[in-house]
Amino acid sequence: MDKPKIATAALTGCFGCHMSILDIDDRILKLIELVDFNKSPINDIKEFTTRCRIGIVEGACATEENVEVLKDFRKHCDTLIALGDCAVMGGINAMRNTIPLKECLEEAYLNGPSVYNPEKKIPGDREIPLLLDRVYTCSEVVKIDFKLPGCPPSADTIWTALVALLENRPLELPYELIKYD
Amino acid sequence: MSSTIDDSKRIIINPVTRIEGHGKVSLYLDDNNKVVQARFHIIEFRGFERFIKGRPYWEMPVAVQRLCGICPVSHHLAAAKAMDMVVGADTLTPTAEKMRRLMHYGQILQSHSLHFFHLCSPDLLFGFDADPEIRNVIGVAKKHPELAVQGVMMRKYGQELIKATAGKKIHGTGAIPGGINKNLSIEERDTFLKEIDKITGWARSAVKIARDYTMEHLEELKDFGSFESNHTSLVREDGAMDLYHGRLRSIDADGNKIIDDIDYTNYLDYIAEEVRDWSYMKFPFIKSLGPEKGWYRVGPLARVNACDFIDTPEAEEARKVFMSLTKGKPNNITMAYHWARMIEILHAVEKIKDLLNDADLQGNDLVVIGERREEGIGLIEAPRGTLFHHYRVNEDDQVVMANLIVSTTNNNEPMNRAVQGVARDHLSGKEITEGLLNSIEVAIRAYDPCLSCATHAMGKMPLVVELFDSYNNLIDRKVKN
Repeated sequence: MDKPKIATAALTGCFGCHMSILDIDDRILKLIELVDFNKSPINDIKEFTTRCRIGIVEGACATEENVEVLKDFRKHCDTLIALGDCAVMGGINAMRNTIPLKECLEEAYLNGPSVYNPEKKIPGDREIPLLLDRVYTCSEVVKIDFKLPGCPPSADTIWTALVALLENRPLELPYELIKYD
Repeated sequence: MSSTIDDSKRIIINPVTRIEGHGKVSLYLDDNNKVVQARFHIIEFRGFERFIKGRPYWEMPVAVQRLCGICPVSHHLAAAKAMDMVVGADTLTPTAEKMRRLMHYGQILQSHSLHFFHLCSPDLLFGFDADPEIRNVIGVAKKHPELAVQGVMMRKYGQELIKATAGKKIHGTGAIPGGINKNLSIEERDTFLKEIDKITGWARSAVKIARDYTMEHLEELKDFGSFESNHTSLVREDGAMDLYHGRLRSIDADGNKIIDDIDYTNYLDYIAEEVRDWSYMKFPFIKSLGPEKGWYRVGPLARVNACDFIDTPEAEEARKVFMSLTKGKPNNITMAYHWARMIEILHAVEKIKDLLNDADLQGNDLVVIGERREEGIGLIEAPRGTLFHHYRVNEDDQVVMANLIVSTTNNNEPMNRAVQGVARDHLSGKEITEGLLNSIEVAIRAYDPCLSCATHAMGKMPLVVELFDSYNNLIDRKVKN
């Protein structure tokens, strides 16, 4: 019988939530018995090749490309989980939302004390994606079915949630596994 | 050159990798399919330097580490070291310094293990052009289960050390301005001591795997994405490798010192970063040599090249073997990064064992405070290379300036050179194949870029290459799945 399919992605963030998935340690061997990975950083599948039971997305939407990836996940996944504070609330990335984007760019590329930029260039090229006016949470862009907060959510939180979903049980997390860092 | 490029065929590889976002490669070919230009673009921007302004200084060690979930400890400690300066803590208590070092060596162990076992071992075990179906960590787990388990357990040991010293495996809170907020209990210590000999054995065998691989494939590896470069690293005052603290040294490709014994708080006199409009990542260089010649490598290869010796016996033996390959001169082989990285794992494990046996870790004197300053600079040798944190703080304790030169940024030009090299040697005049795409990835991967923290960290670099003719018509398109 076909195993359930899982897909994961990281939008703008630090990849710490994917690290926390890896922190399930040797339970990884059990996980690959339970599910097959489709589009995910764990393998080399770039585009969805099938519909997935569960999609897990970490990170917030800060570029046009992030939005495209997130919409693609919504389209291909029955259940979509926003993993971690960036996906749920924008996280630390959202700190730029109170500041005009131009100022952020100028600080990094013009004003920094080690900057060497005689022509006063701000990166902008056909090969790099446009930044959004502000950082958006995942649920501002698509419908999200479950939100797992934490920076990052612990490996136990992720494991408990995943196993419950795979076994078609209600997702009931004990108090100590829900943390807002 | 630009007129040539306008007439060129354009090949896009996107996404190459993802750090905290994605990287991308663009290649431009002339009519004879020779590569005119090859670039590695970093396509994400977050704006930490600006939005961190106005925040209280004591938040920096916990806030700025959110740059990276793979090596948060590096940012945690670099920011804490900068804030030590701000609170006037010139010398930490032995307990604080040793707890931080234990945290850092745990980080080196987990990050290097992840990179080698989870990400790169499929390329080395199965070949660059192996079937992508098996060329991933699950393939390794099926074909070489013992090796996969070793990798998982070595990483776990490092992560547990981080938890014991920082409070959490990812984004911890242990280091604070002026010291640390906990010591190591006897129970915690004994748990780690029980496992340390097993971990040491695995670290030894990891060095052997990397060395044997390099030596057996030396003919093909020595020119693969390789080039002569400068190398930059912190080294201890006596010239020893020191991943937590030291003085700034840069050597050229022959081993001559360009700068040496530099107090890193003066880094602005020696290092600057060039902005180029085609990447969100800047290009650092040594000022006295200028942007054209002053670029350098950082990370394991640069550190093993730049230090005079390693102060732990087994890693020092391994270093001597490594350096004998190039007769004591700097090793400039890109793929030798893996071997150097495994030597550092062994060094970190030896250091961890020494620290666990040090009673200072059970001390209770955790924090010192001195005369308040307005500026703090902290450098550390992160798993991927020299990491710079620099802050100015006003009298209301608010950060008013933050400057961060992240390890991987230092390797921006080298990674671009590696991409250029592989593109010229393996792409020019040929048909695009999946194996070629992975070859470009392999060269980038050797640097363990934190921009690939994301994709790279999980071993995935999904690629699309599109070949256009000079009228922008799509000629060929390959997707690597």
